[in-house]
Amino acid sequence: MKAGVVVFPGSNCDHDCYHALKHVTGAETVFLWHKDTDLQGVDLVVFPGGFSYGDYLRCGAIAKFSPIVNEVIKFANNGGHVLGICNGFQVLTESGLLPGALMKNRGLKFLCKYVNLRVDNTDTPFTNMYAAGEVVRIPIAHMEGNYYIDADGLKSLEDNNQVVFRYCDHNGTAEDDSNPNGAVGNIAGIINEKGNVLGMMPHPERCAESVMETRDGYFMFESVAKFIGGCR
Amino acid sequence: MKAKVYVKLKNGVLDPQGQTILSSMQRMGYDFASDVRMGKFFEIEVKDDSCKADLEKIAQSMLANPIIEEYSIEFGE
Repeated sequence: MKAGVVVFPGSNCDHDCYHALKHVTGAETVFLWHKDTDLQGVDLVVFPGGFSYGDYLRCGAIAKFSPIVNEVIKFANNGGHVLGICNGFQVLTESGLLPGALMKNRGLKFLCKYVNLRVDNTDTPFTNMYAAGEVVRIPIAHMEGNYYIDADGLKSLEDNNQVVFRYCDHNGTAEDDSNPNGAVGNIAGIINEKGNVLGMMPHPERCAESVMETRDGYFMFESVAKFIGGCR
Repeated sequence: MKAKVYVKLKNGVLDPQGQTILSSMQRMGYDFASDVRMGKFFEIEVKDDSCKADLEKIAQSMLANPIIEEYSIEFGE
Protein backbone atom coordinates (compact mmCIF):
# COMPACT_ATOMS: atom_id res chain seq x y z
CA MET A 1 0.00 0.00 0.00
CA LYS A 2 1.20 3.47 -0.86
CA ALA A 3 -0.49 6.21 1.17
CA GLY A 4 -0.73 9.95 0.61
CA VAL A 5 -1.45 12.49 3.35
CA VAL A 6 -2.93 15.73 2.02
CA VAL A 7 -1.44 18.95 3.39
CA PHE A 8 -3.69 22.00 3.33
CA PRO A 9 -2.62 25.35 4.73
CA GLY A 10 -3.75 24.90 8.34
CA SER A 11 -3.57 21.09 8.50
CA ASN A 12 -1.98 20.15 11.82
CA CYS A 13 -2.39 16.37 12.10
CA ASP A 14 -0.68 15.65 8.80
CA HIS A 15 2.62 14.62 10.41
CA ASP A 16 0.82 12.41 12.97
CA CYS A 17 -0.95 10.59 10.13
CA TYR A 18 2.30 10.32 8.17
CA HIS A 19 4.03 8.84 11.24
CA ALA A 20 1.22 6.35 11.95
CA LEU A 21 1.21 5.19 8.33
CA LYS A 22 4.91 5.18 7.56
CA HIS A 23 6.64 4.32 10.82
CA VAL A 24 4.00 2.41 12.73
CA THR A 25 2.15 0.64 9.92
CA GLY A 26 5.14 0.38 7.59
CA ALA A 27 3.43 1.73 4.49
CA GLU A 28 5.20 3.80 1.86
CA THR A 29 3.79 7.27 2.56
CA VAL A 30 4.04 10.66 0.86
CA PHE A 31 2.66 14.11 1.52
CA LEU A 32 0.30 15.56 -1.11
CA TRP A 33 0.33 19.37 -1.33
CA HIS A 34 -3.08 21.02 -1.72
CA LYS A 35 -2.04 22.79 -4.94
CA ASP A 36 -0.85 19.56 -6.58
CA THR A 37 -2.94 17.57 -9.02
CA ASP A 38 -0.72 14.46 -9.06
CA LEU A 39 -1.71 11.79 -6.56
CA GLN A 40 1.65 10.05 -7.11
CA GLY A 41 0.06 6.65 -7.60
CA VAL A 42 -1.17 6.28 -4.01
CA ASP A 43 -3.71 3.61 -3.02
CA LEU A 44 -4.98 5.51 0.01
CA VAL A 45 -5.54 9.24 0.47
CA VAL A 46 -5.82 10.63 4.01
CA PHE A 47 -7.36 14.03 4.71
CA PRO A 48 -5.89 14.87 8.11
CA GLY A 49 -7.22 16.97 10.97
CA GLY A 50 -6.54 20.63 11.50
CA PHE A 51 -7.96 23.90 10.25
CA SER A 52 -7.74 23.81 6.47
CA TYR A 53 -7.77 27.37 5.10
CA GLY A 54 -8.28 28.62 8.66
CA ASP A 55 -11.73 27.01 8.83
CA TYR A 56 -12.91 30.20 7.11
CA LEU A 57 -16.58 30.29 6.01
CA ARG A 58 -17.26 26.73 7.27
CA CYS A 59 -14.88 23.92 8.18
CA GLY A 60 -13.78 22.28 4.94
CA ALA A 61 -15.76 24.69 2.75
CA ILE A 62 -12.74 26.28 1.04
CA ALA A 63 -10.69 23.08 0.93
CA LYS A 64 -13.23 21.44 -1.35
CA PHE A 65 -12.25 23.83 -4.15
CA SER A 66 -8.51 23.07 -3.93
CA PRO A 67 -6.80 21.34 -6.88
CA ILE A 68 -5.94 18.23 -4.87
CA VAL A 69 -9.50 17.67 -3.65
CA ASN A 70 -10.73 17.80 -7.21
CA GLU A 71 -8.35 14.93 -8.02
CA VAL A 72 -9.30 13.01 -4.87
CA ILE A 73 -12.98 13.21 -5.86
CA LYS A 74 -12.12 11.54 -9.19
CA PHE A 75 -9.88 9.03 -7.38
CA ALA A 76 -12.71 8.14 -4.96
CA ASN A 77 -15.26 7.86 -7.76
CA ASN A 78 -12.93 5.35 -9.40
CA GLY A 79 -12.88 3.25 -6.23
CA GLY A 80 -9.74 4.70 -4.56
CA HIS A 81 -9.63 4.53 -0.77
CA VAL A 82 -10.03 7.76 1.18
CA LEU A 83 -9.92 8.31 4.94
CA GLY A 84 -10.94 11.67 6.40
CA ILE A 85 -10.18 12.38 10.03
CA CYS A 86 -11.75 15.30 11.92
CA ASN A 87 -11.23 18.30 9.59
CA GLY A 88 -10.74 15.64 6.90
CA PHE A 89 -14.26 14.33 7.64
CA GLN A 90 -15.54 17.89 7.26
CA VAL A 91 -13.78 18.16 3.87
CA LEU A 92 -15.44 14.89 2.80
CA THR A 93 -18.96 16.06 3.68
CA GLU A 94 -18.41 19.53 2.20
CA SER A 95 -17.10 18.05 -1.04
CA GLY A 96 -20.04 15.67 -1.30
CA LEU A 97 -18.01 12.46 -0.99
CA LEU A 98 -19.96 11.68 2.18
CA PRO A 99 -23.55 12.65 3.03
CA GLY A 100 -24.55 15.00 5.85
CA ALA A 101 -22.75 17.92 7.47
CA LEU A 102 -20.72 18.68 10.60
CA MET A 103 -22.05 21.48 12.75
CA LYS A 104 -20.85 23.29 15.86
CA ASN A 105 -20.89 21.08 18.99
CA ARG A 106 -24.19 21.51 20.82
CA GLY A 107 -22.31 22.62 23.97
CA LEU A 108 -20.43 25.27 21.92
CA LYS A 109 -17.14 24.11 23.40
CA PHE A 110 -14.01 22.69 21.82
CA LEU A 111 -13.78 19.09 23.05
CA CYS A 112 -10.42 17.41 23.48
CA LYS A 113 -10.65 14.06 25.27
CA TYR A 114 -10.76 10.30 24.91
CA VAL A 115 -14.20 8.89 24.06
CA ASN A 116 -15.65 5.41 23.81
CA LEU A 117 -16.69 4.33 20.34
CA ARG A 118 -18.69 1.31 19.31
CA VAL A 119 -17.57 -0.26 16.04
CA ASP A 120 -20.87 -0.89 14.27
CA ASN A 121 -19.51 -1.97 10.90
CA THR A 122 -16.41 -4.17 10.65
CA ASP A 123 -17.11 -5.11 7.06
CA THR A 124 -15.10 -2.17 5.68
CA PRO A 125 -11.52 -1.88 4.39
CA PHE A 126 -10.79 0.39 7.37
CA THR A 127 -12.26 -1.61 10.26
CA ASN A 128 -11.84 -5.28 9.37
CA MET A 129 -9.49 -5.87 12.32
CA TYR A 130 -12.06 -4.87 14.95
CA ALA A 131 -14.73 -7.15 16.36
CA ALA A 132 -18.36 -6.23 15.64
CA GLY A 133 -19.76 -4.18 18.53
CA GLU A 134 -16.30 -3.77 20.07
CA VAL A 135 -15.84 -0.68 22.24
CA VAL A 136 -12.64 1.20 21.47
CA ARG A 137 -11.17 4.35 23.02
CA ILE A 138 -9.96 7.00 20.57
CA PRO A 139 -9.57 10.73 21.32
CA ILE A 140 -11.60 13.54 19.80
CA ALA A 141 -10.45 17.14 19.37
CA HIS A 142 -13.00 19.34 17.66
CA MET A 143 -15.40 22.27 17.82
CA GLU A 144 -17.55 21.22 14.84
CA GLY A 145 -18.19 17.50 15.18
CA ASN A 146 -21.94 17.52 15.57
CA TYR A 147 -22.94 15.28 12.68
CA TYR A 148 -26.23 16.24 11.05
CA ILE A 149 -28.27 14.47 8.41
CA ASP A 150 -32.02 14.65 7.80
CA ALA A 151 -34.35 11.78 8.75
CA ASP A 152 -34.37 10.24 5.25
CA GLY A 153 -30.60 10.44 5.04
CA LEU A 154 -30.23 8.82 8.45
CA LYS A 155 -32.55 6.00 7.47
CA SER A 156 -30.55 5.38 4.33
CA LEU A 157 -27.28 5.35 6.32
CA GLU A 158 -28.75 2.84 8.78
CA ASP A 159 -30.35 0.68 6.07
CA ASN A 160 -27.05 0.41 4.19
CA ASN A 161 -25.01 -0.19 7.34
CA GLN A 162 -22.95 2.95 6.65
CA VAL A 163 -22.59 4.00 10.30
CA VAL A 164 -19.14 2.74 11.30
CA PHE A 165 -18.54 4.36 14.72
CA ARG A 166 -20.93 5.62 17.39
CA TYR A 167 -20.14 7.46 20.62
CA CYS A 168 -21.11 5.15 23.48
CA ASP A 169 -20.49 4.38 27.14
CA HIS A 170 -17.96 1.75 28.28
CA ASN A 171 -20.58 -0.97 27.82
CA GLY A 172 -21.23 0.01 24.23
CA THR A 173 -24.60 1.67 24.86
CA ALA A 174 -25.00 4.62 22.51
CA GLU A 175 -27.33 7.06 24.27
CA ASP A 176 -27.50 10.80 24.76
CA ASP A 177 -25.37 10.64 27.95
CA SER A 178 -22.43 9.40 25.94
CA ASN A 179 -22.93 11.83 23.05
CA PRO A 180 -20.21 14.51 23.37
CA ASN A 181 -21.31 16.89 20.62
CA GLY A 182 -24.97 16.30 19.77
CA ALA A 183 -24.36 14.19 16.67
CA VAL A 184 -27.48 12.58 15.18
CA GLY A 185 -27.70 8.94 16.32
CA ASN A 186 -24.40 9.35 18.26
CA ILE A 187 -22.64 9.07 14.88
CA ALA A 188 -18.86 9.48 15.05
CA GLY A 189 -17.91 7.98 11.70
CA ILE A 190 -19.56 6.87 8.45
CA ILE A 191 -18.59 5.23 5.20
CA ASN A 192 -19.97 5.89 1.72
CA GLU A 193 -22.31 3.42 0.05
CA LYS A 194 -19.56 1.98 -2.14
CA GLY A 195 -17.42 1.35 0.94
CA ASN A 196 -14.21 3.13 -0.10
CA VAL A 197 -14.54 6.53 1.63
CA LEU A 198 -14.65 6.76 5.43
CA GLY A 199 -14.95 9.90 7.54
CA MET A 200 -14.68 10.11 11.32
CA MET A 201 -14.31 12.81 13.96
CA PRO A 202 -12.06 10.83 16.39
CA HIS A 203 -8.30 10.69 15.76
CA PRO A 204 -6.97 7.13 15.30
CA GLU A 205 -3.51 8.50 14.44
CA ARG A 206 -3.25 9.88 17.98
CA CYS A 207 -3.50 6.44 19.55
CA ALA A 208 -1.63 4.14 17.21
CA GLU A 209 1.27 3.12 19.45
CA SER A 210 1.66 1.49 22.85
CA VAL A 211 3.25 4.65 24.32
CA MET A 212 -0.18 6.27 24.02
CA GLU A 213 -3.10 5.75 26.39
CA THR A 214 -4.58 3.22 23.95
CA ARG A 215 -3.41 1.61 20.72
CA ASP A 216 -6.98 1.26 19.43
CA GLY A 217 -6.46 3.60 16.48
CA TYR A 218 -3.63 1.53 15.04
CA PHE A 219 -5.97 -1.18 13.81
CA MET A 220 -7.62 1.21 11.34
CA PHE A 221 -4.30 1.73 9.54
CA GLU A 222 -3.47 -1.96 9.84
CA SER A 223 -6.93 -2.87 8.46
CA VAL A 224 -6.59 -0.74 5.35
CA ALA A 225 -2.95 -1.77 4.85
CA LYS A 226 -3.96 -5.40 5.00
CA PHE A 227 -6.95 -4.81 2.73
CA ILE A 228 -4.87 -3.09 0.06
CA GLY A 229 -1.79 -5.23 0.72
CA GLY A 230 1.90 -4.79 0.10
CA CYS A 231 3.08 -3.65 3.56
CA ARG A 232 5.45 -5.38 5.92
CA MET B 1 -23.99 48.48 -6.14
CA LYS B 2 -23.97 45.75 -3.57
CA ALA B 3 -25.16 42.18 -3.73
CA LYS B 4 -26.28 41.02 -0.31
CA VAL B 5 -26.31 37.33 0.45
CA TYR B 6 -27.96 36.11 3.65
CA VAL B 7 -27.25 32.60 4.89
CA LYS B 8 -29.15 31.02 7.76
CA LEU B 9 -29.62 27.58 9.21
CA LYS B 10 -32.69 25.82 7.87
CA ASN B 11 -35.69 25.72 10.15
CA GLY B 12 -35.55 22.57 12.22
CA VAL B 13 -31.75 22.49 12.39
CA LEU B 14 -30.70 23.15 15.99
CA ASP B 15 -28.88 26.47 16.42
CA PRO B 16 -27.10 26.37 19.80
CA GLN B 17 -25.51 29.79 19.22
CA GLY B 18 -28.93 31.35 18.60
CA GLN B 19 -30.23 29.63 21.74
CA THR B 20 -27.34 31.00 23.80
CA ILE B 21 -27.96 34.54 22.52
CA LEU B 22 -31.67 34.17 23.33
CA SER B 23 -31.03 33.02 26.89
CA SER B 24 -28.52 35.84 27.38
CA MET B 25 -31.15 38.36 26.23
CA GLN B 26 -33.63 36.85 28.66
CA ARG B 27 -31.08 37.03 31.49
CA MET B 28 -30.66 40.74 30.71
CA GLY B 29 -34.38 41.13 31.32
CA TYR B 30 -35.55 41.41 27.70
CA ASP B 31 -38.44 39.02 27.40
CA PHE B 32 -39.94 40.13 24.06
CA ALA B 33 -38.02 37.56 21.99
CA SER B 34 -39.07 33.93 21.72
CA ASP B 35 -36.38 32.65 19.34
CA VAL B 36 -33.05 33.68 17.81
CA ARG B 37 -31.55 32.17 14.67
CA MET B 38 -28.00 33.19 13.83
CA GLY B 39 -26.66 33.41 10.28
CA LYS B 40 -24.08 34.97 8.00
CA PHE B 41 -24.27 38.06 5.83
CA PHE B 42 -22.08 38.72 2.76
CA GLU B 43 -21.83 42.14 1.12
CA ILE B 44 -20.38 41.83 -2.37
CA GLU B 45 -19.43 44.86 -4.45
CA VAL B 46 -20.76 44.41 -8.02
CA LYS B 47 -21.34 46.54 -11.14
CA ASP B 48 -24.98 45.60 -11.67
CA ASP B 49 -27.41 42.77 -11.03
CA SER B 50 -26.51 40.79 -14.18
CA CYS B 51 -24.42 38.47 -11.97
CA LYS B 52 -27.54 37.10 -10.25
CA ALA B 53 -27.32 33.64 -11.86
CA ASP B 54 -23.61 33.29 -11.08
CA LEU B 55 -24.19 34.49 -7.52
CA GLU B 56 -26.84 31.81 -7.11
CA LYS B 57 -24.25 29.21 -8.11
CA ILE B 58 -21.69 30.63 -5.68
CA ALA B 59 -24.22 30.79 -2.84
CA GLN B 60 -25.33 27.24 -3.52
CA SER B 61 -21.86 25.73 -3.83
CA MET B 62 -19.78 27.83 -1.45
CA LEU B 63 -21.41 30.50 0.72
CA ALA B 64 -24.10 28.13 2.03
CA ASN B 65 -24.10 24.41 2.69
CA PRO B 66 -27.54 23.42 1.33
CA ILE B 67 -27.69 20.40 3.65
CA ILE B 68 -28.04 22.62 6.71
CA GLU B 69 -28.42 26.17 5.41
CA GLU B 70 -30.59 28.29 3.13
CA TYR B 71 -29.74 31.58 1.48
CA SER B 72 -31.31 34.60 -0.13
CA ILE B 73 -29.84 37.25 -2.42
CA GLU B 74 -30.82 40.87 -2.83
CA PHE B 75 -29.30 43.86 -4.59
CA GLY B 76 -29.08 47.36 -3.16
CA GLU B 77 -26.84 50.26 -2.17
